[in-house]
Amino acid sequence: MSTINPRVPAPYSQKRAIGKKIWNSKTLILMCLPAIIYFIAFSYAPLPGIYVAFVNYNYRKGIFGSPFIGLRNFDFVAKSGQLWTLTRNTIIFNLIFILLDNLLAVVVAILLKEIQSKAFRKVSQTMMFLPYFISQVLVGLLVFSLLNSDTGFLNVVLTKLGKEPLRLYKDGSAWPLIITLVHLWQKTGYNSVVYFAAIMGIDAAVIEASMIDGANGWQKIRYIILPSLRPTVVILILFALGGIVKGDFGLFWNLVGRNPTLYRSVDIIEMYVYRATVSDFNFSTASAVGLYQSLIGFILVLTVNTIVRKIEPDYSLF
Amino acid sequence: MAKNSDDMLDSVSKVKLTASDYVIRGIGYVFISLFAIASIFPFLVILGTSFETENNIISYGVTLIPREFTTAAYELVIKGGTIWESYGLTVVMTLVGTLFGLFICSMTGYALQRRDFPFRNAISFFIYFTSLFQAGLAPYYLLMTGTYHLNNSYLAVLLPLMVSSWLIILMKNFAKSVPHELTESGKIDGAGDFKIFYSIVLPMLKPGLATVGLFLALGYWNEWYQSSLFLQNKSVLPLQYRLYKIVNEAQSLKNSVASQYVSVSNLPTESLKMATAMMTTGPIIFLYPFVQRYFIGGITVGAVKG
Repeated sequence: MSTINPRVPAPYSQKRAIGKKIWNSKTLILMCLPAIIYFIAFSYAPLPGIYVAFVNYNYRKGIFGSPFIGLRNFDFVAKSGQLWTLTRNTIIFNLIFILLDNLLAVVVAILLKEIQSKAFRKVSQTMMFLPYFISQVLVGLLVFSLLNSDTGFLNVVLTKLGKEPLRLYKDGSAWPLIITLVHLWQKTGYNSVVYFAAIMGIDAAVIEASMIDGANGWQKIRYIILPSLRPTVVILILFALGGIVKGDFGLFWNLVGRNPTLYRSVDIIEMYVYRATVSDFNFSTASAVGLYQSLIGFILVLTVNTIVRKIEPDYSLF
Repeated sequence: MAKNSDDMLDSVSKVKLTASDYVIRGIGYVFISLFAIASIFPFLVILGTSFETENNIISYGVTLIPREFTTAAYELVIKGGTIWESYGLTVVMTLVGTLFGLFICSMTGYALQRRDFPFRNAISFFIYFTSLFQAGLAPYYLLMTGTYHLNNSYLAVLLPLMVSSWLIILMKNFAKSVPHELTESGKIDGAGDFKIFYSIVLPMLKPGLATVGLFLALGYWNEWYQSSLFLQNKSVLPLQYRLYKIVNEAQSLKNSVASQYVSVSNLPTESLKMATAMMTTGPIIFLYPFVQRYFIGGITVGAVKG
């Protein structure tokens, strides 16, 4: 225990107090040490490299030997209009995702609760959970198998009906919708779990009382279930808003990332940064865009946390 | 508890149901059924097509039920032999990464919830900060390749997936549910903190270990992202990155050739893709129904405070 021995005389130097604290909890510190070293190596060590956003990076001179050019990398992406397009796309997609995610998850959770057969509920929940467990690579292949214009399932059906096949991989206009549907397909089973647990946690006596008072099914949902879900919805949406400038790279990349005809209309920040880093080796521009995203994200999380701390202190992150 | 309220509801609802109860229940069965079918439908298409002949795929498209049943694509994948190397690599990485990850996360999670640990808030914040502000891809890439020289090293995949602040927080929440008295009694018996953790707390942490372990294992099994950054010149690739290459190379082939001439290629590219997809994902599809409850546990314990 770290409590200071009361018999130690008063002029007890602060340095020695800290030393004693460290000594007394040395094992616990050692137990945290692997994690601390890990985060230093993989999360803190890259931080000085952010400087690459302010230089004209030259491979031979390295990050800190390359000529400093101030904010010109930011200027470049901002003036070309790309930064604004990327930011707008990322935010709009996330807003739609957040809205529909929560709406659909609540609907699924409420309807699951209505299902009386436990076996039916278990099997259907298990089926809805499957898309969460697979890699985004496979998601890309699944979507391609359903939608491509030569062998895709959709076009097999359309041809059978005597309709013209849709050339979805040659036209970007449908992809905002496709990406949204695939996202919902993949995440709803997972998202509904929290709401389902919250509904199961509602005191059965409250629902019983409402039924004795003659509440019908819709009224039960409207006046008991929805209000009791509200705090969960609010918290989850708030935290999701904190991440609104972070895109789901795996989803976008595997659906459209390698096809310029498609990704132009749905390009998000992560895809731009990935291309700039891995394909173009343009580390300075990539880092400028990445830093811009990190800073906005950081400010947003702090803001959201301040709001959460005001309305639901128990749920605030720090 | 949840089960209890459910049972009570069942007995209650038998007493008194209005017309709108039945309507909502009907909508529930229809909607959930459709959603559940839609969730597995694309997998059935891949499964069906993987047993179809290449010629039939080219002329009739993908299918749920093959017109001519063949295992040719699977035979080709298996005969190629290299898929077993990928399997071996992925299995070893999953096991090693999950084991080390579990050890680090549980040890740290336990220490950070000890109320008598004076540095718990400082270290918690140090760890949590990494999820608030990141350097971004380019500095990370330069560090991994330039400073650590991990380009074309499997460590570049193994290490970055091993620990995350989210998993440590999740483990910390699980560790909180282990009675504090156990730690106290261990101390009275004169056991050191590590000994208390290892022989008293760890056995009680099984649900947390299962949940965090499965999140880790799933992350390793489905890994393709770090591989796409760092393993481009490796001959043996993790399973999902192998699939990524097959899918995208076939796709780029398709995009570069006018679609009606694709059949010129002698390789059954379409059925090969499907068979590879099934083989790389098969273990997950067979295992996940048995382990999904641990994920559900993880979501409900760690969801909001993620």
